[in-house]
Amino acid sequence: MNEILKYTLMIVIILFTLTTIAAWLIWLERRMLALWQDRYGPNRAGPFGLFIVVADTIKLFFKEDWIPPFAEKAVFVFAPAIVAAAVLLSFVVVPFAPDILVADLDIGLLFFLAMSSLGVYSIVLGGWASNNKYSLLGALRGASQMISYEVFMGLSLMGVVMLSGSFRLTDIVMAQKDFWFVVTQPVAFVLFLTAGIAETHRLPFDIPEAESELVAGFHSEYSGMKFGMFFIGEYLGIILISAMVVTIFFGGWLGPVLPPVVWFTLKTFVFIVFFILLRASLPRPRYDQLMEYGWKIILPIALLNLLITGGITLLKN
Amino acid sequence: MISLLRSIGLIFLHMFRKRETIQYPEEKVVLHPRWRGRIVLTRDPDGGERCVGCYLCAAACPVDCISLQATEDEQGRRYPAFFRINFSRCIFCGYCEEACPTYAIQLTPDFEMGEYNRQNLVYEKEDLLIDSQGKYPGYNYYKVAGLAAGVKGKGEGANEEPPVDIRSLIP
Repeated sequence: MNEILKYTLMIVIILFTLTTIAAWLIWLERRMLALWQDRYGPNRAGPFGLFIVVADTIKLFFKEDWIPPFAEKAVFVFAPAIVAAAVLLSFVVVPFAPDILVADLDIGLLFFLAMSSLGVYSIVLGGWASNNKYSLLGALRGASQMISYEVFMGLSLMGVVMLSGSFRLTDIVMAQKDFWFVVTQPVAFVLFLTAGIAETHRLPFDIPEAESELVAGFHSEYSGMKFGMFFIGEYLGIILISAMVVTIFFGGWLGPVLPPVVWFTLKTFVFIVFFILLRASLPRPRYDQLMEYGWKIILPIALLNLLITGGITLLKN
Repeated sequence: MISLLRSIGLIFLHMFRKRETIQYPEEKVVLHPRWRGRIVLTRDPDGGERCVGCYLCAAACPVDCISLQATEDEQGRRYPAFFRINFSRCIFCGYCEEACPTYAIQLTPDFEMGEYNRQNLVYEKEDLLIDSQGKYPGYNYYKVAGLAAGVKGKGEGANEEPPVDIRSLIP
């Protein structure tokens, strides 16, 4: 009974914290983007403009919740829920600290890969159910991007799995006591980060959205809180990928003096800011270029990295 | 790859630059004297209205936001009976100022004209008329015009000479 209560409490706390942080990321992103564009960004509502999020949320709630008459209604309503759900499910395995995690699965890494790729269903279904040619194009792009980037996202992590000898995320963190895996697996880190950006459909890899060509792509027919779900899903995705990068390559909660959770939060925050920096600085590649990078350059590099890591591990034994 | 990293770095360094934003209500924009904002009707140095009701501003206005009615006082001096500018239509192009032969209508460096009620954007003559000579101090149309309309007597104008006494031989 006590065990169940503890985990329920943990789930509620993590869920609440994550959604709150994801909402405030709207503010953070706008402020950081402004900072890098020599502006101030929202700084009027409340201290440092923090209440802009509240205003935004209230606005979203009061928007007309419009379902186009030509849309496939059931799927249209269902699709936005998937993205947030899939990302939140991945957080089940993320070890925020030695004692703050929901489930320490022994296949944690695989679970994360599986859940994060489920997120693409919301894009495909949302785009298809909108029954709009731009949305459908966005959905198709989302699907093909997912297929090509999911492959080496998994492959790049296999080197880490070899070195730590486990799929369990806490084991992976503990294996980084001496060296962070970013030192031993720098190539894998770059590849995973690239794939992570593509996975969350963030700029510069936001081709399913591509507001300049596809008028917001898969969610152009969405409004109100349904759009808000896509939005929150995207920010949750950023947090997830940042958290995973930290867990796998930057020693997770490990760090001197400060308590583990603080270390984890700090490191994750750095990567969230890096995601926003990427949005501020890089242009979106053309659609076929993205596929080309994926299959012709990054996949071979990932395989080579795997080969070399395997060879070195063999030699050491 | 190098160029990508370089642009990321450059954008990051923008964090330490000076902000371009002007924090408006607290910090005002520098408006130059020729800035085309709120339209006013100016007065001549004697305090009389400069406008002579010639309708040229209304004719020049591309959005037809100026309407007026000319009239005359006992001494033959023309002035507008009413002068109305609908600022919800005005595009602040300044053509009225260019068209004005008496420097009466002028645009000023002021844009803070927000109203909650659209009807309040229709300015009447008493809203437009200011106690100032605007951009052309010292100019008085009736002093340089040939017409005597109570402002000057015969030959008392700015570039006029007193009338010749045709009965005298003295030059």
